[in-house]
Amino acid sequence: MGSYVPNTPEERQQMLKEIGLSSFDDLYRNVPEEVILKDPLAIPAGMSEMEVLRKMQRIAEKNRVFTTIFRGAGAYRHYIPAIVKSVVSKENMQTAYTPYQAEISQGTLQSIFEYQTMICDLTGMDVSNASVYDGATAAAEGVAMCRERKRGKAWISETVNPGVIETIRTYCYGNGMEICMIPEKDGCTDLDYLKGHIDGEAACVLIQQPNYYGSLEEAEEIGKIAHEAGAKYIMSVNPISLGVLKTPGEYKADVAVGDGQPLGLSLGFGGPYLGFMACTGKMMRKLPGRIVGETKDTNGKTGYVLTLQAREQHIRREKASSNVCSNQALCALAVSAYLAAMGNKGLRQAAILSVSKAHYLAKGLEEAGYRTENKGEYFHEFVTVSEKDSEKTLLALEAQGILGGYPLDEKRILWCCTEMNTKEEMDEAIRILKEVAAC
Amino acid sequence: MLIFEKSRPGRGACLLPECDVEVFMPEEKYKRESKLPLPEMAEGDLGRHYTELAKKCQGVNDGFYPLGSCTMKYNPRIDEIVANLPGFSEVHPLQPEHTVQGSMEVLKLGEEYLCEITGMDEMTFQPAAGAHGEFAGLLLMKAYHESRGEGEKRTKIIVPDSAHGTNPASAVMAGYSVFTVPSGADGCVDIEKLREAAGEDVAGLMLTNPNTVGLFDKNILKITEIIHGCGGLCYYDGANLNAVMGRVRPGDMGFDVIHLNLHKTFATPHGGGGPGSGPVGCKKLLADFLPSVTVRGEERLTFEKPKHSIGEMKGFYGNFLVVVRALAYIQTLGREGIKEASENAVLNANYMMHGLKDLYTMAYDDICMHEFVMDLSDLKKKTGVAALDIAKGLLDHGIHPPTMYFPLIVPEALMAEPTETEAKETIDRAIAVFRKLYEKASEDPEALHEAPKTAAVARLDEVEAARHPIVKYNHQDI
Repeated sequence: MGSYVPNTPEERQQMLKEIGLSSFDDLYRNVPEEVILKDPLAIPAGMSEMEVLRKMQRIAEKNRVFTTIFRGAGAYRHYIPAIVKSVVSKENMQTAYTPYQAEISQGTLQSIFEYQTMICDLTGMDVSNASVYDGATAAAEGVAMCRERKRGKAWISETVNPGVIETIRTYCYGNGMEICMIPEKDGCTDLDYLKGHIDGEAACVLIQQPNYYGSLEEAEEIGKIAHEAGAKYIMSVNPISLGVLKTPGEYKADVAVGDGQPLGLSLGFGGPYLGFMACTGKMMRKLPGRIVGETKDTNGKTGYVLTLQAREQHIRREKASSNVCSNQALCALAVSAYLAAMGNKGLRQAAILSVSKAHYLAKGLEEAGYRTENKGEYFHEFVTVSEKDSEKTLLALEAQGILGGYPLDEKRILWCCTEMNTKEEMDEAIRILKEVAAC
Repeated sequence: MLIFEKSRPGRGACLLPECDVEVFMPEEKYKRESKLPLPEMAEGDLGRHYTELAKKCQGVNDGFYPLGSCTMKYNPRIDEIVANLPGFSEVHPLQPEHTVQGSMEVLKLGEEYLCEITGMDEMTFQPAAGAHGEFAGLLLMKAYHESRGEGEKRTKIIVPDSAHGTNPASAVMAGYSVFTVPSGADGCVDIEKLREAAGEDVAGLMLTNPNTVGLFDKNILKITEIIHGCGGLCYYDGANLNAVMGRVRPGDMGFDVIHLNLHKTFATPHGGGGPGSGPVGCKKLLADFLPSVTVRGEERLTFEKPKHSIGEMKGFYGNFLVVVRALAYIQTLGREGIKEASENAVLNANYMMHGLKDLYTMAYDDICMHEFVMDLSDLKKKTGVAALDIAKGLLDHGIHPPTMYFPLIVPEALMAEPTETEAKETIDRAIAVFRKLYEKASEDPEALHEAPKTAAVARLDEVEAARHPIVKYNHQDI
């Protein structure tokens, strides 16, 4: 069996003796006799490191790793610069705890301060927290922070990622906020419906830009409707798109959220990712989660600490607005290293490559009988509709080692391109699909 | 120096290729007008920047880390290698089921082993952290009571005064009011007070056992019986599971639902604050309400949605790569190793407590579990040296301080949890340092007030940071 306990059996006996005990059983003397386990746990015996590696490799091999991926829908395969992996594998940072002891955690704290700055720059907002679990929980926390005494309704667009909507629903099941769905019209948020139905009980309006179908929403208009009703405006955004697209700040959003995964985090079957949350200065004290601030030490030297902790659970307990007591620090480190490595130029390039390739693929798919459904402009995702069965289409691609788009239903597929998709592989996919017969 | 201050216009790396298709630009009205002042740096300088930051961090690999309630054990390197296998890290969460049978096997094995270790029937890996697991677990309880038509009347969650702050905060997020039950003089739940609080309005109790003062509550069966007796459910905060694995199981103590912290008990790295993983296990009676999907089947695995699922706690299947690490860890240790880990965690804590208790006042002088709490109020009265000062003094000796000022029921608390992965001589040295600092408190209290001397910075002004928050770099300073 494997073990990470350094003390030998002799040393353990010696330690027991020193504290006046004779066996390990004595350490558990306060445990009621009737619940003490009589038998060993029914899990396999331990293994050597080599055996564990082999077993886990065998399990990993049961997954299929696609070299070509045209699927997004909330998780995106972008290029991860080599330096990002090198930074997050630094053991001092990887094996450290939450930076409660600021004097010996300046590395973690400074990296979060830099992360907060980059998220503010990216989103055009005033304040960012140190990150939360993922984009979906960021959206749910964003909704909760907009709640006011007489405003308990959250207006959510139907064009938001369904996983995000479901997560908001779960959080609202807990806190009692009411969810009002804004229907979709032609693949975008129905502005007229929102205008006609929103009322003075609205806490917030939340949309996604680009939306779940890749389309660009009339975000400015929606913000105006929200603000006219006295509600807060939350935008869930794709961070790569902000290399070229208007920021939530420019759209006058009160809160910006999103998933940081595209910024240097691997797909990892869904996690760990990171949720970013940023808001206006006015809302700073409602922002949940960790926030790092700059200050001075007793010698006047600049340093960083966790700040505004009066908002948080370990001080406020049941009066805290959220129970979040961590951040995705190592993921935030990856995101900062990614943004620093890419720079403005690189991020813009990633955004332009993604959107350009998506339009190239869409054109090719049109020729193969898959009509683009998006009415207006779209970013790096788009929906096709076809007489051809979605499953048949995707299996044909899969047979050639290509993970096609995400099937929305029998006829509609949600496609995604990033800078990782080459012209050759797009041409190959289009060629294969031209051969797929209609059914 | 901040990364932004090292940036120079025009610098950078060549990371992406030229565009091989016609360039498409979005319409002007959608384009960002504001500047994006991300750093511009050569890769070499970027590498140095982060190496410099890493030097100003203290991880488990840097030295002894007896941070109570946080279980800062060694993070095995093999688990990192396993989590970085492309078969796990390069898989899209929305791939068809037949192409992710390996990932599903990870979730299935993880569920099987952790249910056996905790005495639960089913488990979800979707919650991303302990607090997130608490929230999920409470929603399971809420859905259960509602399904029995008792949702309206059961409005209260009982939480001991020694509980982690997340417990009451999570209860409120789930829509409950919190009733705090005091601890008795022995540090355990006051049974009489609990009996008084138990009624038809109780949805459940949240408890960690061993509790936050490091004691195994010997009345545990009575406690869970009282709660069940009034129709409530028992929630186990798994923060302290590292004390009891292979010895006793929460499920056998009478708990109905539990969260684990894979980043504590199952040795995955804390990452400076995350990512963690907070799987939630439950007994059969709550299984139909579990969030998201669970893995079913033997040969060909499938995802199934529980019948009355509370929905999604976050996107996808939780922090999957953290689960992969934990699974590698469990398989390394196996049934004997898991038990050995807990036993030695308890032994190390008792050994350390024994080496200190003639000098430092222990909050509760009994056999402890995996951690113990010191009460430094006497020392403070005598010398003016507070728990904070001793903690800061430890920094100058390369030791990460114990958890300070928690639990709230012990004044001037220092809570130490050495974990099983520390050698006897490491603990001996730590004992010697603690003793030296105690003496120093009488001889030269001023020196301790000024500690640390050897860290990257001296004590920081937290009050000023909160009063005039500076939470990002001001680019105009360039």
